[in-house]
Amino acid sequence: MIRRGFVDDKIGLKYGAGGRAMRALIERVCLAGIGPAPVDGIGLAAMDDGAALRVGDRWLVITTDSHVVHPIVFPGGDIGRLAVSGTVNDLAVMGATEPLALTCAVIMEEGFARADLERVYVSIREACQEAGATIVTGDTKVMGRGEIDGLVLNTAGVALCDRVVPDAGLKPGDLLILTGTVGDHGMAIMAVRHKLALEGDLRSDVAPINGLVRAALDAGGLDVVAMKDPTRGGVSSALHEMAEKSGVGIIVEEMKVPVRIQVRAACDLLGIDPLVVANEGKALIGVRAGAAEQVLAAIRRHPLGAEAAIIGRCIEQHAGAVILDTGFGRRMLAEPEGELLPRIC
Amino acid sequence: MTHVPGTDRDQAVSELKFRDPVRARALIEALGRRTAELGRAPVSVMHVCGSHEQAIAKFGLRSTFPGGLNVIMGPGCPVCITDTPEVDEGVILARQGVHIATYGDMVRVPGTSMSLADAQAEGAKIHVIYSAPQAVELARSTSDQVVFFATGFETTAVATAAVVLGGLPPNLSILSAHKYIPPVMEIVAEMPGTRVEGFLAAGHAATITGSAVFEPFVARHGLPVVVAGFEPLDILAGLVKLVELIRDRTPQVVNMFPRCVTRDGNLRAQEQLWRVFRPTGGRWRGIAHVPNGNLRLRDEFRSIDARRRFTIDLASLWDHAPSALAQSCICGDIMAGLSSPTDCKWFGQECTPEKPVGACMVSSEGACKIWHQYGGHPDLGGDA
Repeated sequence: MIRRGFVDDKIGLKYGAGGRAMRALIERVCLAGIGPAPVDGIGLAAMDDGAALRVGDRWLVITTDSHVVHPIVFPGGDIGRLAVSGTVNDLAVMGATEPLALTCAVIMEEGFARADLERVYVSIREACQEAGATIVTGDTKVMGRGEIDGLVLNTAGVALCDRVVPDAGLKPGDLLILTGTVGDHGMAIMAVRHKLALEGDLRSDVAPINGLVRAALDAGGLDVVAMKDPTRGGVSSALHEMAEKSGVGIIVEEMKVPVRIQVRAACDLLGIDPLVVANEGKALIGVRAGAAEQVLAAIRRHPLGAEAAIIGRCIEQHAGAVILDTGFGRRMLAEPEGELLPRIC
Repeated sequence: MTHVPGTDRDQAVSELKFRDPVRARALIEALGRRTAELGRAPVSVMHVCGSHEQAIAKFGLRSTFPGGLNVIMGPGCPVCITDTPEVDEGVILARQGVHIATYGDMVRVPGTSMSLADAQAEGAKIHVIYSAPQAVELARSTSDQVVFFATGFETTAVATAAVVLGGLPPNLSILSAHKYIPPVMEIVAEMPGTRVEGFLAAGHAATITGSAVFEPFVARHGLPVVVAGFEPLDILAGLVKLVELIRDRTPQVVNMFPRCVTRDGNLRAQEQLWRVFRPTGGRWRGIAHVPNGNLRLRDEFRSIDARRRFTIDLASLWDHAPSALAQSCICGDIMAGLSSPTDCKWFGQECTPEKPVGACMVSSEGACKIWHQYGGHPDLGGDA
């Protein structure tokens, strides 16, 4: 347990892990250094997937992400696909599924191969096509050898929408839909880094899922009450954040969580819970119970949502906590702390 | 390169057989009925294996145990019960410039003034290995002196014995901190304040020793021992049998892990174990002096015994007393089954896996680490 709000004098890797330590850092240091929150809208203090500003009778949603994944090419994708998907998905889980425009800034190490950069841009273009997004501006910097490792990308995105879906809208009785298998991205990176020889294929799930999220919103309308993409810290971190911000308890049924058998095998081998492993093409969607089946059916009809499942429900008790029903008994699901694997996205 | 099994269908199926929630619910109900039939509460039983606690915590089984049944964690974590002076021996050798090869969790266990990890930060040569033969490989790759700081119960002691009998490179010696489980059960059975009425014995250790190793214990103490495996159904079935034996006042050894364990065990492994090691008395961290609880190299292997090859001056570490925090750690009570991790005021606060105060928070088989990893509040029965 990290003491609430405590930040060390030196910033360790855990502050980039997307969990409690990072939220403490943002609260204590980053928020203190910026101006007041927007009068009408969602600002940094909400620590949602992006910000939302009132523009006339619509919302402008804006988000930014830096991508430092190592290696830059991995089974199932590369840093370019990751950069576009990460930003498009952050917009989408705010309810803004039609990205107006993206930006892309590139920082390279001296000596980086032109051919590699070209390949990254091919991926960026492909992912943009899948998402219906366009990159409209960017920035390019080169740093000396050893001053940066290879390639870092930063992307920002803006989109307009009529209704913002926060990550804090859950009430007791709501159900949680997970749009597909968990742990694919993190274990694909882990396998490359640890040089695991695996039977079966570990591939990242990195993909823009704004179309899938749109299908869920169209099917559920106002009954879709909360969304989050479970990236760093995995489903566990995302659920903890949703439970805490919404003031509900969440019960997760472990046996309903879809996990590919090769991901489970790799997790067992390394002693890792798939629920704390990063995903890059999934969403957790909170819905009012009455709409759950129709939203689930709509998600399953989408090519990226065939394995979607209702994995949990919200309760009044244990507000802010996540309880795992293993099928045998129950225990608390611990929020991941520290860095399972740095530079995963 | 590490090979990942488990994608194989047969293995998946056999695993699922012991992870069937429907059968688990039937066993949970049976456990409740049997416990009620005892007609008194609470009744305490003890497991002596970190892997049992791992499975109990991971599958949330503790929330399903009947209120009248107290399943206590015993001294089942080999890393946790390795005594401070044993860690100190490793640290001193490391600071003398000797390469130390040891199992991963040992590296971070606090000694009197430092852990092997601390010594490594000061420049000592510490190597994490996953199997005894890797210590031999390491020694072959260098002309420097290498010490295998060998820890663990009879399961890993057998592996150490096998490499010793295979012949060691001249620059490799053994610092044995191996422990032997059966004697400590005698200590815990007689410990005032525990009132343990039966034991769940570890299936993997029993594959080597055989279930018969517990027969003299049962005869002496009149307490039942059930050998159990590590899947949820193994543990539940083991507990049901144990409570039945308590109810019927028929203390005996029952092997509930027959797919791996036999009465006699692995005779060849036992023969190797006792050819290399002799049992001797010694302290287990936090528990007590355990007669015959330590495994030390026999005299004929003196030439490869690190304690004889090197001069180890333990007093050299004693100018640094352990911190006040470390002195107030209740690991000992937790391992003796007298306390739970949540009874410790440092648990999850000052003491975390990142900054462990006591050994129980270091090892993946330590009760504190396990409870912390699986959420810290294991009792969630009955609500929502």
